[in-house]
Amino acid sequence: MNNAKEPLFHISKRGELPWYKGWLVRGCAVLLALIACAVVTMLVTGENPISIYATIWSGSFGSPRRAWVLFQNIAILLCVSLAVTPAFRMRFWNIGGEGQMLVGGLATTACMICLRDVLPNWGVILCMIVASIIAGAVWGGIPAFFKARWGTNETLFTLMMNYIATQLVAFFIIVWEVPKGAGKIGIINQQSEIGWLPVIAGQKYLLNILIVGAICLAMYVYLNFSKHGYEIAVVGESERTARYVGIKVDRVIVRTMLLSGGLCGVAGMLLVGGTDHTLTTTITAGRGFTAVMVSWLAKFNPIWMVLTSFLIVFLQRGAGEISTSFGLDQSFSDILTGIILFFIIGSEFFINYKINFRHAARKEA
Amino acid sequence: MQNKVPAVELRHITKRFGFKGIVANDDISLDIRRGEILALLGENGSGKTTLMNVLAGIYFPDEGQILIDGREVVISSPKDAFDLGIGMIHQHFKLVDVLTAAENIVLGIKGKLDLQGATEKINAICKQYGFEVDPKQKIYDMSVSQKQTVEIVKVLYRGADILILDEPTAVLTPQESDKLFNVLRNMRDDGKAIVIITHKMHEVESLSDRVAVLRGGHYIGDMVTAETNAQEMTNMMVGRAVSLNIDRPEPVNPRPRLEISDLTVRSEEGILKLDGVSFTANSGEILGIAGISGSGQKELLEAIAGLQPMERGKIEYIWDDGTRENLIGKDPRQIHDMGVTLSFVPEDRLGMGLVGNMDLSDNMMLRTFRRGKSVFTDRKTPHRVAENVVEELDVVTPNLATPVRRLSGGNVQKVLVGREITQAPSVLLTAYAVRGLDINSSYTIYDLINRQKAAGVAVVYVGEDLDVLVELCDRILVLCGGRVSGIVDGRTTDKRELGLMMTRIGGGSNE
Repeated sequence: MNNAKEPLFHISKRGELPWYKGWLVRGCAVLLALIACAVVTMLVTGENPISIYATIWSGSFGSPRRAWVLFQNIAILLCVSLAVTPAFRMRFWNIGGEGQMLVGGLATTACMICLRDVLPNWGVILCMIVASIIAGAVWGGIPAFFKARWGTNETLFTLMMNYIATQLVAFFIIVWEVPKGAGKIGIINQQSEIGWLPVIAGQKYLLNILIVGAICLAMYVYLNFSKHGYEIAVVGESERTARYVGIKVDRVIVRTMLLSGGLCGVAGMLLVGGTDHTLTTTITAGRGFTAVMVSWLAKFNPIWMVLTSFLIVFLQRGAGEISTSFGLDQSFSDILTGIILFFIIGSEFFINYKINFRHAARKEA
Repeated sequence: MQNKVPAVELRHITKRFGFKGIVANDDISLDIRRGEILALLGENGSGKTTLMNVLAGIYFPDEGQILIDGREVVISSPKDAFDLGIGMIHQHFKLVDVLTAAENIVLGIKGKLDLQGATEKINAICKQYGFEVDPKQKIYDMSVSQKQTVEIVKVLYRGADILILDEPTAVLTPQESDKLFNVLRNMRDDGKAIVIITHKMHEVESLSDRVAVLRGGHYIGDMVTAETNAQEMTNMMVGRAVSLNIDRPEPVNPRPRLEISDLTVRSEEGILKLDGVSFTANSGEILGIAGISGSGQKELLEAIAGLQPMERGKIEYIWDDGTRENLIGKDPRQIHDMGVTLSFVPEDRLGMGLVGNMDLSDNMMLRTFRRGKSVFTDRKTPHRVAENVVEELDVVTPNLATPVRRLSGGNVQKVLVGREITQAPSVLLTAYAVRGLDINSSYTIYDLINRQKAAGVAVVYVGEDLDVLVELCDRILVLCGGRVSGIVDGRTTDKRELGLMMTRIGGGSNE
């Protein structure tokens, strides 16, 4: 009389998954992403998969220079990700990393151009650091102030601040353009190298990488062991509880966003002063948004972010390399990046949920 | 009579959680019959809610079968449960705050959206059962009891004829509970099957036809209510004999500790919540606060705790040497910096007193994390405090690193009360301290409160169970519509008197 059928599968929420299993799932997702990319590329180009993987690998590690570029890219992305993380822990969705970086870069450029004849090199660099932090902090602080005071929506606000930053940069590019009418700044202080961050151990990118590494450790400690970090977590979880224990919520919101914006400003400074030595409206290359994903995938844990930012930069560079070396359009690398992100983000589902298949043999009473 | 097939037969239901193999339900078989109100009893964490969630399609059992009207069914989603006429009213409301009552009620129902028609149907249901719901009111504007009413109407609207209520009276006043019980009795007589989870023995005795007892995930047995009593049921639940009397030691050397005068509070919408409230809370004494829910209890406690802006009035703290200090205009931190240790167990535990996603130690830290000059937090002391609280209050938790939202309601409350008491307060404010707690835990809490009283703490106990208020409190202040209806001696008053005072200022004449 049993005519009821158990569904083929049902989905249930998982309990706490041990961290290594979580990373196993993510690892599988990356593997599947690579397979899917290879299949797509094979279908389009007819190349064999091994050479496709070799191309992906060589995109990142094909030469020492490429490896350095890879690590430099990771450093900048990681820096922005670390910057937005305190805000995210507070459930303040700062998607204005892009704009905060840009104004940081703008402030850096201003120092490099306006102070080059006034101050010695170290003085210019000091001003760059201070100015970029202040610029980023102001850009992040404005939405925070409005949120704390009038409860405005921070997502929209920070997003819109991005466009203002872009336009501001566009304006100053025209002001400082070299030569007149070129519509771009070009390499700043190419002869004197004033305001260029020092090259250490003969490696152009090493300083950036070391700075971001230090920031990463500091952020980990700050978020997990400091009183500020604890306040941020409480405010993020429940503002009412925060008030109940006497935390000044408004102050925590503004303080945290000053930090978040300031660090984004530093990322902009590293980009302009450390590697690019120029300023364009697209210099950030969408890192302010990619950082959101890096931060989320790492569950807002600064140490895991090293891994997630590596993953994303590595796969993006691999995808870029495929499209250039097989003579494909740039859009093809976008497709591959899309496939990769689909798998990585999709893997979170399998980490949080379990699929139970129908019991093979069910004994009836 | 024997040919009557039970509405629901649960057979050998087993449900495990997590990797550690916690068994919430272990081989439970239970019948639910039409035309009967079944009370499901058990201590916090005994698996009652889990079992009912299995029936409501929220969890899928690892083993066992469910038969509805003798036919085996598979309930793999709440929708399946609805289709079978099973409706559950949860302890934590599942409503969308920004939508109206009517929108919440029709949410998820297939077919054309007809709010007008729905509103009429809702009004009809309300009229039939005596509910008061404004279909156009937004959920965020509603009190806790109004929200619950919406939940119940929602289930009825969908035509449920097997109703599960998870601690429905925890948020209701005695009057509201009586109203609800009448509705439930009508529905039973109408042939519906009703399961009610509750911890209040007098409700079980007055309402249910049959009781089933769970303990530690096991099914212990069932009894006809008329043939048993509170003591027997409690013993079955706890697994040993327990005493059902609440102690009330004489206050030791009571002195005024808090003096509140002419306290007047308006809500943000400008509604008068407290109107000229004056009273004194003494050290070494328990002052009970009685009143219909929403009579200003929340505002009163929050005003004292420094969380509620007020229109006028005075709140004075009286030191042992007789000097007075005003608490008005100070936030919790400033009050703490004055040296006044004020503990507050708020009504909304996870929304205000605790952080659901943080573990036990981190929640213990909430009150004390600022201590010391270091920029870093001290994690060791809170960890020890958490260990102590878990041990002394028998908190059921896998470990100290478990987020508190994963604990059952009673254990959450123990964590909160435990933390607040650890501070060695001079004033202890509690709002519905035993709401949702089983008998055993409730008595633990009463005992803790009595110990605070013995230690000279001024305790303000906002309660809803009049039986408990009368047994526990030295004095009882009755609020009615934000005004003090009267202050009576707990030793001489009775439920009837309190009930009258709750509904009318002064409670009418006493002749």
